Amino acid sequence: MSRRLVASVLLITTLAGCAAPPRDLDLSLRHPSAEGRYVVQMEPPATPPAVNQIHAWQIKLNTADGAPVRNARIAVDGGMPQHGHGLPTQPQVTREVVAGTYLMEGMKFSMTGWWEIKLAVDAPQGADTAVFNVVVDPSGVRR
Amino acid sequence: MTAPGHAGADAEAARAPAAGRIFGSGRGYAAVTRVLVVVSALALLTGFSWTEAWNADDKAVLASMALEKLPALAPDPSNVVADVPAAAVLGKRLFTEVRFSRNQAVSCATCHAPDLQFQDGLPVGKGVGTGSRRTMPIAGSAHSPWLFWDGRKDSLWSQALGPLEDAVEHGSNRTRIAKLAQARYRAEFDALFGPMPELAPLPDDAGPLGTAAERAAWQGMDPGRRKDVNRVFANLGKVIAAYERTLAPGESRFDRYVRAVVAGDREGQQVLAPHEIRGLRLFLGKGQCATCHNGPLFTDQHFHNTGVPPRDPANPDHGRAVATAKVQRDEFNCLGAFSDAPPEACQELRFMATDDAAQLGAFRTPSLRNVAQRAPYMHAGQFANLEEVVAHYAKSPPAAVGHSELAHGTGGHAERMPIRLSASETRDVAAFLESLSGAVVESPAPPRH
Repeated sequence: MSRRLVASVLLITTLAGCAAPPRDLDLSLRHPSAEGRYVVQMEPPATPPAVNQIHAWQIKLNTADGAPVRNARIAVDGGMPQHGHGLPTQPQVTREVVAGTYLMEGMKFSMTGWWEIKLAVDAPQGADTAVFNVVVDPSGVRR
Repeated sequence: MTAPGHAGADAEAARAPAAGRIFGSGRGYAAVTRVLVVVSALALLTGFSWTEAWNADDKAVLASMALEKLPALAPDPSNVVADVPAAAVLGKRLFTEVRFSRNQAVSCATCHAPDLQFQDGLPVGKGVGTGSRRTMPIAGSAHSPWLFWDGRKDSLWSQALGPLEDAVEHGSNRTRIAKLAQARYRAEFDALFGPMPELAPLPDDAGPLGTAAERAAWQGMDPGRRKDVNRVFANLGKVIAAYERTLAPGESRFDRYVRAVVAGDREGQQVLAPHEIRGLRLFLGKGQCATCHNGPLFTDQHFHNTGVPPRDPANPDHGRAVATAKVQRDEFNCLGAFSDAPPEACQELRFMATDDAAQLGAFRTPSLRNVAQRAPYMHAGQFANLEEVVAHYAKSPPAAVGHSELAHGTGGHAERMPIRLSASETRDVAAFLESLSGAVVESPAPPRH
């Protein structure tokens, strides 16, 4: 009996674990860059995009003491660490909307699960990077 | 390809804009596992088989794959006649027009046979010659941002132009095709696009992709006349696309099963046999099939290298890696002179990934709708049946070109779990795929947005 129970639990854990993001994933969309030069805030669209729908985010870039960072160049990369593939598109920061706020266009998530968005920031204050985790849940089925 | 936003996530986004889980409620997997453990323990006590029960997350995933979740077809701003009924009617006629081919015997329907799920059942297509890739089905393809196995076209209408000039498909050339369209279908084209320019004085055989003589004749033409021909040629693709947009996959046993699961209708769930349900669970779980084959069309519309052996090992197909440059320089792409779209509507092309090493040897994830009805499989018909396909994933061999995304213990991605399926599990997954068949539906009216 106990062996069967253990076997069942193991199998279930395996099934549930296939697509599960790590439990300790930092899902914050606002945090300091890797070397602390900037505070980066990611703003997703107000209406959650569907899977496979191209959409835009805004990136707010401030210095550690809260001043907007102007004229930054921001490169975007990312992907799904658990699936070994990158982003389906090449998002680009196309313009600075207002001082320190940048428009990132061309973002797309081709499936549900854990995605990384990696930013490489180059601005007068120096180069730095920031990584954000996003978990895309099944949409259109929320009950 | 799931339906646009849902109120629950909207509300959550409003409450917690700084949370990374942007698309849903974010219920923890740990909680799910705890529930499963309890269910499993109860199953042992009661004799109930847990394998037949779906938890809430499973049900959500299942529901997301039902055909009824397929969103309405998005407009194609690059094709002004995409949803014009008269264009679809003309496109249907042109789809079977053999006079556009060099040997007067090949039409779109030669390879995309309407009575064979719009494919041909052959490992590689056969037009006036023999191609190098498997003919792709058409139903539902209007939902794809990229066409062909390598995605070298960014619209249905641009895709439809490729075979006409391909040496082994229709094998024709651009002026011959445009002049034939004018001679045989002028009134219909004029009604859709306005008066055609006069093409009769132009060379009979000229085009940028044909024989040396045809290319020379094309170069000898006035640029304005070349543009006239290109315009008629593009419009031909646009009416064929209008017809193709009316073709959609129909309801399958899987869709009826999902409806029964969501409704808690045990009797209705018998539409799938136990071994098919086992296969479905494997498809979603340790088979990892739904990693790429997800949503109502069972595709993420993306490109993946899964180590499928090349048809010609001496000349392996590089797939997506060499297609991005082709679509960028294609004069019939969304940003080109013959597209009806403003540049801002061409986001897929503008933000196309181009420098990703994973694109080497990668091919588009095909829809699995009706997959059981279109052997052989993969981009060049490498596998004869679905069991061979599933067995390939269970084996996960290294790729001949590029790197397979599948974990195989010899350089795969450490964070991805290897796919391990026994022979009977492989058979079950293949059996489940049989449940995805349904009749192709041709909409009498244009798609509604």
